[in-house]
Amino acid sequence: MSHVREQPDQVPVPGQTVGPFYGYALPVAGGEQLVPATHPGAVRLHGTVTDGEGTPVPDSLLEIWQADADGSLPRAEGSLRRGYPFTGFGRAATDGGGSYEFTTVVPGAEPGRAPFVAMTVFARGLLNRLFTRVYLPVDDAALREDPFLAGVPQERRHTLVATADEHGYRFDLRLQGDDETVFLTFPRHEA
Amino acid sequence: MSTTPPTATQADVDAEISAASAAYDAELRAGTAPRTQPRLDYAPYRSSRLRHPTKDLHHADPESIELVAPVFGHRDVAVDEADLTIQDGGEPIGERMVVAGRVVDADGRPVRRQLVEIWQANAAGRYVHKGDQHPAPIDPHFTGVGRCLTDDDGGYRFTTIKPGPYPWRNHHNAWRPAHIHFSVFGSEFTQRMVTQVYFPGDPLLALDPIYQSIVDPRARERLVAAYDHDLTTHEWATGYRWDIVLTGSHATPMEQEDDA
Repeated sequence: MSHVREQPDQVPVPGQTVGPFYGYALPVAGGEQLVPATHPGAVRLHGTVTDGEGTPVPDSLLEIWQADADGSLPRAEGSLRRGYPFTGFGRAATDGGGSYEFTTVVPGAEPGRAPFVAMTVFARGLLNRLFTRVYLPVDDAALREDPFLAGVPQERRHTLVATADEHGYRFDLRLQGDDETVFLTFPRHEA
Repeated sequence: MSTTPPTATQADVDAEISAASAAYDAELRAGTAPRTQPRLDYAPYRSSRLRHPTKDLHHADPESIELVAPVFGHRDVAVDEADLTIQDGGEPIGERMVVAGRVVDADGRPVRRQLVEIWQANAAGRYVHKGDQHPAPIDPHFTGVGRCLTDDDGGYRFTTIKPGPYPWRNHHNAWRPAHIHFSVFGSEFTQRMVTQVYFPGDPLLALDPIYQSIVDPRARERLVAAYDHDLTTHEWATGYRWDIVLTGSHATPMEQEDDA
């Protein structure tokens, strides 16, 4: 596009902590419901965020972003004012016990990959956002063969895979410690 | 928020900030590339102690879903949400100001029609949030929350009230410099970020462990808005410009053109 003002190699601005007071600004009504609980195929994705001593983190905010059940990439607006279309985006704050919950669908996977939900983590005390992936255990062969998971050290791989339970899928986040969740950096992020 | 009274003084925290700064200077002299982002393990910010990962971030190549971003539209954001001075049935007290700029990626490409959210304290340094116990007045005409969508040039513009500094419990007599929280999406999920913008000449910047967690002086100055007299409007509001550069996208320029 000729009118785009190209200014190559600009340096990204630094992130900062979301702080303690986002609670009246970022969470929106129904933000944790990507689909209604009555939706065919609706599943609950839930868990607890804990710190380096295993203490629940009551002031963190999680966002998820995912493909629809058929693997299509959502391009519909409406994530802040929930309505009819599936937008693929959810936002949930942790409660006083550090727990969060989304209602969503299991995303379709790309060929040769295991299905995952992309997740971003914000918290008071966390100076920049963290990225991770929530892999869903719906296809053991796909999990075994997924090329990204294969590159994660065996002893840490389980931190990226949710576990099925009676409520849906459980995915706990450990910000620090022996069983710390694997967090991601992407090309073009600062190393 | 800790209920234990903090015992460290500002002088103690200043010494820790200086030590971290000296260690960073030594890294630079040893040939390490400048850091552009905050340290996650920054002890002067006490709450980071148990909340930063200790293992290296794992390299991932973005997959399809991570190469696109959530879509927001006028269904999500009303035009008047960009004016925080008209939200609640009356005019808020304080220094009325405009904060405006562009959201671009590291290649200078505008991030078009994307969501920007802000939240801030009022002129007295008080948040509406129930957890804020600072005994400063709540302004009944100011929520401190705003949203907008960027325009086709990546431009955003908020009208608001200059936030006041406020005390917090990181250490004894700790004060945050005046700031506005910004939540920004890019054209890819990998560009998602939350940050804070500050104002020039604030004496609290040098004392603030959150700001100083960006150990590179040039990097942290990218979070300080510039007073811009061209944005200042006659007999109405002062103006500050702050451009938001996100990380680079992974799409090629050709793909971006196809999307446009």
